[in-house]
Amino acid sequence: MTKISMKVNGKEVSGEVEGRTLLVSFLRDTLGMTGTHVGCDTSQCGACVVHVDGAAVKSCTMLAMEAEGAEVATIEGQANADGTLSVVQQAFQDHHGLQCGFCTPGMVMSATALLKDNPKPSEAEIRHYLEGNICRCTGYHNIVKAILAASGQLEGAIAAE
Amino acid sequence: MYEFEFVKPTTVADAVAALGEEEAQALGGGQTLIPTLKQRLAMPATLVSLTGIAEMKGVKAEGGTVTIGGGTTHGTVAKEAASAYPALAALASNIGDPAVRNRGTIGGSLANNDPSACYPAAALASGATIVTSSREIAADDYFQGMFTTALEDGEIVTAVRFPVPEKAAYIKFEQPASRFALVGVFVAKYADGVRVAVTGASEEGVFRWSEAEAALSANFSAAALEGLSVPADGMIGDLHGSKEYRAHLVGVLTKRAVAAA
Repeated sequence: MTKISMKVNGKEVSGEVEGRTLLVSFLRDTLGMTGTHVGCDTSQCGACVVHVDGAAVKSCTMLAMEAEGAEVATIEGQANADGTLSVVQQAFQDHHGLQCGFCTPGMVMSATALLKDNPKPSEAEIRHYLEGNICRCTGYHNIVKAILAASGQLEGAIAAE
Repeated sequence: MYEFEFVKPTTVADAVAALGEEEAQALGGGQTLIPTLKQRLAMPATLVSLTGIAEMKGVKAEGGTVTIGGGTTHGTVAKEAASAYPALAALASNIGDPAVRNRGTIGGSLANNDPSACYPAAALASGATIVTSSREIAADDYFQGMFTTALEDGEIVTAVRFPVPEKAAYIKFEQPASRFALVGVFVAKYADGVRVAVTGASEEGVFRWSEAEAALSANFSAAALEGLSVPADGMIGDLHGSKEYRAHLVGVLTKRAVAAA
């Protein structure tokens, strides 16, 4: 076992891991932060998406030791300091961008990463960006709508429909 | 996964030394290797991460050549090669999904040489040079069949040099679940001729379609490809598409790539 340290949602954390420990296992099992989900464990579904040094990654397909010294952001760190939801989270709630909610942590993290790079994405760009996030409930329509709303573009999009 | 030691050197020399140990395996972005390890299809004693080696990262364009560090992620290539070699950047921007592109590397893709991966088509069609920890290998000599390359044990792809073509395009017919190429064709037009590389189709891995190259070198238009086809024999046939279907796609996608270039 090796001790690793990193910042998760701005807080210094550390723990003992094996070489084969996945980042998602470190988050969920070592730190007890179960907001990040494991859906497929084969890097298809995107429920485990977190940000490592600002980049969206699948935490089931990254070794915990690769994140030594990194800044990791998870769904638990997305709400504002006063406990209110982030813009993306609130948009998912407002536009019913989830049903069972299992994929939602990954969806919110991917959407947040997209809007950081591309604050006004088109619907096509949103759908392309979400190719690695699978949702079996919503049919994606309300997720796309929520992200358009979070980027302040929903008025125009609805008018155009 | 079976247990293994994890080491993360910061120089190519240290990585080569670590890979000299028994049962050591290089780890790029891990987007293929980690799933493979999860399936227990590999059992390295030591994983040597290449992600901490700064000298293997980045995109540099100068004098008609784009040089990409072997540890550069697809996401970085998509952004940083966009002005110097747009067709290559476009290819990178459609590999896997955004999270995969933020980890997966060009060196890892080329070292693995998956028969359906995108980068081998770009490297072969561009006549790229694969720069390793010990030598330089021409793309024509590098790809040696499905999951097989000229790399020796412990040899690392440190960079890839692409001569920038006059015109180029990559068109992939995507397998929608995996986002690998069911078939992908990269066409690149240089002053001394056209190169056409096909991925996803052949049981021998990425290959050059020489008949199409000759036709396009004489007349760079989709019409020049009329009547040309690749034999279905030797194509991959599986539940996603028969040999005949893949052979047909090679012709269709090559025309589309020429039209898009």
